[in-house]
Amino acid sequence: MNNLLSLNNLIKSFGGLTAVAGVSFNVAEKSIVGLIGPNGAGKTTVFNLITGNYRPDSGNVIFARHDITKTPTHEIVSKGIARTFQTIRLFPEMTVLENVLAGCHCRMRAGVLASMFHTPAQRREERSAIEKAMRELAFVGLDDQYANLAKNLSYGNQRLLEVARALATEPRFLILDEPAGGMNDQETADLIGLIQAIRSRGIAVLLIEHDMHLVMQVCEKLVVLEYGAVIAEGTPAEIKANPLVIKAYLGSEELD
Amino acid sequence: MEEFLQQLTNGLAVGGIYALIALGYTMVYGVLRLINFAHGDLFTLGAYLGFTLLASFGLSGVIGGLAGAGLLVLMALIFVGLVGVMLERAAYRPLRNSDRLSAVVSALGASIFLQNAMMLLYGARPQVYPVRLLPTASFMLMGVEIPFTRVLLFSSSLALMFLLFWFINRTRVGAAIRAVAIDQGAAKLVGIDVNRIISLVFLIGPALGGAAGVMVGLYYGQITHDMGLNYGLKAFIAAILGGIGNIPGAMLGGLLLGVIEALGTAYFAVGWKDAFAFLVLILILIVRPTGLLGERVADKI
Amino acid sequence: MSSITSNRLFLPVSGAIFFLCMALLPPVLGSAGLEGGGRYHIGVLNDIGLYALLGLSLNIILGQAGLFNMGHGAFYAMGAYTTAILNTVYGVPILYTLPLAGAIAAFFAYLVTRPILKLRGDYLLVVTIGIVEIVRISLMNDVFGMTGGANGIAGIARPELFGFRLVSPEHFFYLIWGFVAFTVLLFRMLENSRFGRALYYIKHDELAASGSGINTTHYKLVAFVVGAFWAGMAGTLYATKMKFISPVAFSFSESVLLFAIVILGGAGSIPGVILGAFLLIGLPELFRELADARMLVFGLAMMVMMIVRPQGILPLRRRVYNAAKQVGKYACAIGTQKLAPPAPEPATDTTTPPAPQKGTGGAA
Repeated sequence: MNNLLSLNNLIKSFGGLTAVAGVSFNVAEKSIVGLIGPNGAGKTTVFNLITGNYRPDSGNVIFARHDITKTPTHEIVSKGIARTFQTIRLFPEMTVLENVLAGCHCRMRAGVLASMFHTPAQRREERSAIEKAMRELAFVGLDDQYANLAKNLSYGNQRLLEVARALATEPRFLILDEPAGGMNDQETADLIGLIQAIRSRGIAVLLIEHDMHLVMQVCEKLVVLEYGAVIAEGTPAEIKANPLVIKAYLGSEELD
Repeated sequence: MEEFLQQLTNGLAVGGIYALIALGYTMVYGVLRLINFAHGDLFTLGAYLGFTLLASFGLSGVIGGLAGAGLLVLMALIFVGLVGVMLERAAYRPLRNSDRLSAVVSALGASIFLQNAMMLLYGARPQVYPVRLLPTASFMLMGVEIPFTRVLLFSSSLALMFLLFWFINRTRVGAAIRAVAIDQGAAKLVGIDVNRIISLVFLIGPALGGAAGVMVGLYYGQITHDMGLNYGLKAFIAAILGGIGNIPGAMLGGLLLGVIEALGTAYFAVGWKDAFAFLVLILILIVRPTGLLGERVADKI
Repeated sequence: MSSITSNRLFLPVSGAIFFLCMALLPPVLGSAGLEGGGRYHIGVLNDIGLYALLGLSLNIILGQAGLFNMGHGAFYAMGAYTTAILNTVYGVPILYTLPLAGAIAAFFAYLVTRPILKLRGDYLLVVTIGIVEIVRISLMNDVFGMTGGANGIAGIARPELFGFRLVSPEHFFYLIWGFVAFTVLLFRMLENSRFGRALYYIKHDELAASGSGINTTHYKLVAFVVGAFWAGMAGTLYATKMKFISPVAFSFSESVLLFAIVILGGAGSIPGVILGAFLLIGLPELFRELADARMLVFGLAMMVMMIVRPQGILPLRRRVYNAAKQVGKYACAIGTQKLAPPAPEPATDTTTPPAPQKGTGGAA
């Protein structure tokens, strides 16, 4: 299978602390990959390196055969990488629909003048953006909430709204940072279906998640991070049997 | 050479004033991440306080000369420091958990309020210090005649700065101030009363600013209700130049800015005097936004 | 959905009523038997209109994009001086200078704000103070020998519209307030667009905005350019209304006043900014004996407002998009396990770019 994303020997340190110490792994097209590891292993830093929020000290990020190591975040989004945040970052005072329209932005074209005069093309584009946003809201099951303010949604629904916003950017690759955080059992079960539905749209998914049940069920491949380095990589079954991984998780019963 | 030395000493004297005011900006910024826009007007308040004391109580007649000047500075120090504490209580503490814009706007409001209060009290025209407390003598340095007051101004601001430097770095309370500046939450956890420390910072910073105000009044003899704007902005630029939040940085920035301004005015054009500081500001923010002595801090995501 | 519908109509209707009432004011004031035929009152209203215009232009930068610009007077001065120089030196008719004044101010904004856009809020504020001060000092020093130094430029012509020369306060009333109405209309549309939303996202969470694919630096720059363009045009109106301009009119305190109009009226809110202009320019005229104390009161008001009502007197009310008819139209992935991909784009739609094709990667 073709590699959609390749990380090559990424290194990133903050002051004296090396958060990511030479991470390399690949994500294949249309696959679901889980990035796991103890707290502080550098998982979110890896995400921020992929999305351009941080610049690596060395190493590179190849996405769809383009080097995006130095590409600004917003351009990375328009190249087809979308993300959600570990700490939910919605626009709380805006409606659910407007939050998703933020994701539509990079696929729209209206400039200042068109926006100022509401030209026919601009109106058409706005209409189709609203249509698209509503489709994505329906996809995550929030279309009836569209006129609500984002801050009034439940925690689980806010996570779903972030997913809808990310999907509205028309990604080929979606990064989910602890999507099940704060969700109840039913919501987590639904999330598994949603992640598989996202992949069946042809979108590859990379997720950080502490809910091992979810990770083992939904991912085809796992990458295990400890102290900023990859200690194991393989299918869920392989990872469960890996002595290094068991050692890293020793004492915790997360890997049942 | 003669001109250069004149301008250099002049720049150092004015730079000492900038540095004293800059300390107030930098300390408040250090603990609250807030630009206290009213700080320049607290400086003006100090100058007017000195004026009032001199004019209405005839302090100079009682003590006179250098001692009188020292007493004046001390009184401004205490009074303006107390006003600073009240200002924090009234305008900034209620906004501690609001967004930055609210605090900045409140600070601007406080600045406008203070400036206009002084205008209503003292009138829009400049006021002149009624007596000259400082000796008018001068001395020769390398063939250049240097006024004695210039040296006095520079050395007293240096003395105040070193006093502060010692206090911050060598006392327990100073350590608490540094702790609050680094991490308020952690400071609270180890039992530091953060509110008291912030009050203290709003006592010390404005006190130094008020002292600077009296010193300007004594040195130049003339004060205006809106001079806080100009001095305040320049001192703030000095604080950024040195690295905001950094106490030695504010001292270095103030002196450097004073010298740059004096030399620039002398060798380029008098009419552009006030533009140099802003050019320095824009340059430093583009080239090295953390300032000369500032440290780079990674933004948390 | 009736509440949403009425919400959508409330602002346009009240806006139309407001501007109709304004249009009727001059004849009413003229026949009210006021001293001087109400000319003084018209003059005050003209000032209010000019500040409303400036406030609206600053609102794009400060209110909508959340960029602390306290040097808006610099762009205003650019426009006024452009008009004054073009008119008095080269004899260009006033109304032709209007777009040129806007363009020069916008170009200036583009040049000076480009390097400083990455600065954090309060740093930006101080740099913009620096910009307006440098502009004022340059004007005082008669840069390029064209600005007349401290004396300014006198003898600026009156505007002519289709051969009709505007001279009286009433004429200027209709010119200024007509321009305000036109601006409100355009800016309202701008607010409800891809551009307006982008500014809102950037103001409230820059990281989330860039993570959603918005080029934050670009939009901040455009916000400055658009705001400066309008401030420049307001400069034209000011220059021709006064017939004389000098650096005093563009001092730092003017910029503070504009800042206060936007913040106290309601940052980001068009009706709020217009109300702010009425309060900050009109009220002191009502209490003239207290005129000296007006800035004192504003300072106090700014402090109190930030504690009591930080969003301003008339805060922004965002439009609610109506998509009710689309609820339930698309299959829901969750729970159903239907794995429904979104319905294909409607065939008539040509504006949405196609989704990235697999295997090719983004161009650019």
